[in-house]
Formats: sequence, structure tokens, C-alpha cells
Amino acid sequence: MDHTSYPDSYIRGILNSVKIIAMVGVSPRENRPSYFAFKYLLERNYRMIPVNPGQAGKELLGQKIYARLSDIPEPVDMVDIFRASQHVMPVVEETLTLKPAPRVIWMQLGIRNDEAAALAEAAGLKVVMNRCPKIEYGRLSSEIGWIGVNSRTLTSKRAKIFGKGVQRMSLNRPSVQGGTTAADRATAAEE
Amino acid sequence: MTERNPGFNTLAIHAGAQPDPTTGARATPIYQTTSFVFDDVDHAASLFGLQAFGNIYTRIGNPTNAVLEERIAALEGGTAGLAVASGHAAQVLAFHALMTPGDEIIASKKLYGGSINQLSHSFKNFGWNVVWADPDDISSFERGVTPKTKAIFIESIANPGGVIVDIEAVSKIARKAGVPLIVDNTLATPYLCKPIDFGADVVLHSVTKFLGGHGNSIGGVIVDGGTFNWSREGRYPMLSEPRPEYQGIVLHETFGNFAFAICCRVLGLRDLGPALSPFNAFLLLTGIETLSLRMQRHCDNALAVAQWLSSHKDVAWVSYPGLPGDKYNALAKKYVPKGSGAVFTFGLKGGYDAGVNLVSNVKLFSHLANIGDTRSLIIHPASTTHRQLSDAQKVQAGAGPDVVRLSIGIEDKEDIIADLDQALKG
Repeated sequence: MDHTSYPDSYIRGILNSVKIIAMVGVSPRENRPSYFAFKYLLERNYRMIPVNPGQAGKELLGQKIYARLSDIPEPVDMVDIFRASQHVMPVVEETLTLKPAPRVIWMQLGIRNDEAAALAEAAGLKVVMNRCPKIEYGRLSSEIGWIGVNSRTLTSKRAKIFGKGVQRMSLNRPSVQGGTTAADRATAAEE
Repeated sequence: MTERNPGFNTLAIHAGAQPDPTTGARATPIYQTTSFVFDDVDHAASLFGLQAFGNIYTRIGNPTNAVLEERIAALEGGTAGLAVASGHAAQVLAFHALMTPGDEIIASKKLYGGSINQLSHSFKNFGWNVVWADPDDISSFERGVTPKTKAIFIESIANPGGVIVDIEAVSKIARKAGVPLIVDNTLATPYLCKPIDFGADVVLHSVTKFLGGHGNSIGGVIVDGGTFNWSREGRYPMLSEPRPEYQGIVLHETFGNFAFAICCRVLGLRDLGPALSPFNAFLLLTGIETLSLRMQRHCDNALAVAQWLSSHKDVAWVSYPGLPGDKYNALAKKYVPKGSGAVFTFGLKGGYDAGVNLVSNVKLFSHLANIGDTRSLIIHPASTTHRQLSDAQKVQAGAGPDVVRLSIGIEDKEDIIADLDQALKG
């Protein structure tokens, strides 16, 4: 995995298999990107666990906030990291101490730490960097097309309705690659 | 690791579209509705707060229009699109996202006349100023840069003169100045040229023309290249500052490389209002499915007509970049290798009267002001669109008394030439 681009099947596989996501660094402020992603994923039936030491003990959208990953009293499938790249390593190290171990480390859009990724991969975890699970879910379900975004997917299969609400679609639908953008290529070149 | 990437024709047919989730309809349905129901107040709040993807009200977004947006974004290699009521509306919204009173746009002085009007006069009322540059002298763009410059604006193929602009050279000036390069790609379409590949940051279209291609609907599109860093110097507060309209959201931080398209939608289209009718979006989408077939035929026909005209005894000159020896032929080979489009001008030795006679005598060509139709179109600018200008202004605008503009259609080229032949004799 070179982490400059990910096959849609890799991302779809992760988002279709994880059920419990701990979001490290999530903000309780409703105008922050982390709050957007937390709320969106919660509405798509993921069990979302907020982790933020400054907010520990409070609740975010009805979910209890923990100070650290090791305080969470249940198994976690994926750790989604909303921390600057230089602060990612300790989060990954803590993730690797959890029993049972989570299966996925996900670093948010703009966040990349290759050393931490290598450590997680050596322990058998899947890693995604510099992506947002909300955007990726929207892209692969094609919900994101409603706001004119190039999903870079093509399909002749109809989207499956999520089953909760009218404007929500599920990920359970095959698609093929739908082109690339100059923005993707620029990101790959920078890395 | 790498998946197969589809070609241009596949994208032109499939990008953005899918069978309807509830009915299975395969063609894109026309969602002719003003509004969309919410599940509950929380869902409504999520949509209004930009926290969920979805539809609220057709002035802000519509599922039929959204297919058009994603389709053109995919064809241009951009991150997102926004469909609006016309090409002119696309220009207003794109600049609205960037400009505050007193700011400047550096624009090619060879733009479409309607755009020159919009920038010179209407934009002045907003306090947006224009610095004109000459695409034949690229350094004039650099000389136009000031601390107030917020964007550079060019057309890939200029209407109507057949001028091809060196996009890559202008993009280097834009990059150095720290401003986005906005390229109107109406006459080329992404079939002939993809400006983002040459350094454009935003692409605009009058979809009315070759993209829609059938002369039946007005529409415009803004494509976000996803290539510009709106936050680097804080010069674009609509994108980089907390927005009071949306509880303090910072659009660039929240939407990343498609923030410009979102900004044009949620601050521009929402507040200024030039929404596209879903019915028009449907017609324009249907046109795009055959874009490459039509565009190649347009170009092949245009080249044949330009060649025929250039050896005609009554024709003084032909300005078509596809002709060997044309001033722009080298740039055409670089930027539009498959063809130089289908809109060009030529000059009649007989001057003004010969121009009036020609448009009166044609039987197949339609005498009207549009371009980019399946039908061949003709206009004599000096007696119509540019009538109000002085003779000197007409020449400056490329609309001298002898100038005729053609938009070559996709009829049989022999019939197009025969019509011009009989009309010139008449």
C-alpha cells in the first residue's frame, strides 16, 4: 500500500466491515469538520465513540466521551484520528495496546504519518491516510453526487436505499473507477 | 493496485448518472420539484448546516442538475461542479466567490463580447474592476498583476475570432501571482481541451453551446479543479474565514479540494439565485452523451469549410486556427489537437454590403446570435450584435464591416459548402 491512492474496493471493504469507530480528537463544536463526520457516521448506524481528553465524561450526540482509547470499555474496530500528523504516533501506539486490537487506523483528510502507518501495518492493521470517511462514504454510496462532487465512480447498478430516512444510501453496490482529477495527481506528486 | 480508468466517451455517458434508486429508471429522471421532504427536524438541520449530503430546495441543488454537475466535472478532470442558469451566471457566481469591492480581475481583451460587457459594466457596479490583457502578448498578463488582483480570466478558444490562448503560460503567471486561473472552455469543450491539465484552477462553461449542442436550452457550469489553495494567504475570505451564514463553518477546511464549488453553491447560488431548470439539465445531459461524436464532426466540417473559403475569390481572409499557416496553428496543435472547434470568422472583399447580402442569401445556415448548435449558424456582427459600436470599436472587437462569423453544424459538409457557394454568388 503506497498510500497515495486507494482502490475503491479497499475503502469500501473497510467501511463495510467496521461497526465500532473511535474518533480521536473529535470536537463538540457543531461547526467543526470532526463534528460533521462524527454525526454523519452515527446516522449511518456506526457505533461512534468520541475520544477527547478535554471533554471526557461529557456526551457528544448521546455518546459518552472518553479521555483516551484505553478507557473505552468495549472492543473497537477502527480508530479515526483527527489530530495533526506529528501527534499521530502516540495514538497509533496506544491503539496497538488495545485487546482485542482494532483492525483499521484511519487518518483524516490532511493528516499523514508514514512512520505510524508502517508501525500499524506491521501489526496487521489496515491503514488509510489523508482521507475523510464521511466523504468516502458519500462518494461510494454516490450521496456526494447530490452536491455536484465528482465521485470518480461509475456504475450501472442502482444505489440501495439505506433504510432509514429518504436521502440516505448504503454502500452495498458495485462500481468501477470513474476517472481521476488533477487534484489527485497533484496530491500524489506532493507525497 | 491501479484500477482501470474509463475513457472520455464512457464518462460522457455514465459519469454522475445511475439507475434511479427507487424506480430503477435508467435515463436520468427530471426531478421537476421545487423542494424535498425532510425526515425530521434533525435531518433538516443537518442539511441546512451542510453536515449531510442531500437536497433541500432546487435553487440550491437538484438531483437532475447534480448529474450534469458531476458529468462535466468528470469530463474536465475537476473535483466538483455547479450547474447554473447560464454561462453568464457561472461567471457571476465564480467571481462572487473571489471578489470584494475594489478587487481586480485580469481578463483577456479577446473574450466573447457579451463577457466583455459583463466585466466592463455590470461588474463595475459591484466594485469589481477589470485589467485587460492581450493574449497575443502573454507578458501583458504579468504586467497587470497588482496586490488587488484576485483572478485571471481567459477563454481557451476565444469567441469569435478563433484566438487560442497559451493556457500553460498564463497559468504560470497566475501561480506566481498567487491567484487562480479561470478558463472559459465553452468553444473547445473538454473533448478538445482540458484546461485543468494545463494549469487552470476553475473551468467555466456556457453549456448552451457545444456541450448541450442542440440549441434547445440555456445553462452554465462551474468546475472546481481542486488545485488551488484558498487558505494559503487568506486572500479569499469566502473560503478561508468562518462564515456567519453557516454557524462559523470554514468552507475550505471543511470541504477540502471541492470547497470552491461548494462556496459557489451555498453562498453564490443560494443568495444570488440563478438556478438551472431541471428540465434544461436533462436536455443538456442528453446532448453531452454524444459530445465526442458531434464535436469531431463539427471540427471536421469546420476545417473543410475554412479550407474552401480560403480559396474563394470573394474572401479576403479566414481566421481558423486549424488552417496551416494560421497565426494560432502552433497553439492549436498543442491545445486542441483533435480540431480547432467550429466557430470562426472570415472577411469578405466586398465589405459591409457583401456581409449583409451573404446573411440574406443563405438558405441552410440560420441567421441568429447563438453558436454551438447541430445546425450551421451565421451572423454578420457589424450589422447586428456590434451595430452600436463605432467603426474603430468594431475593428478592435474583431467585428469590422467585412467580418462574418460562422458556427459550423454537423450537416453534410457538401451541403454546408453548397449553401455558402450559392449565397456568395447571389
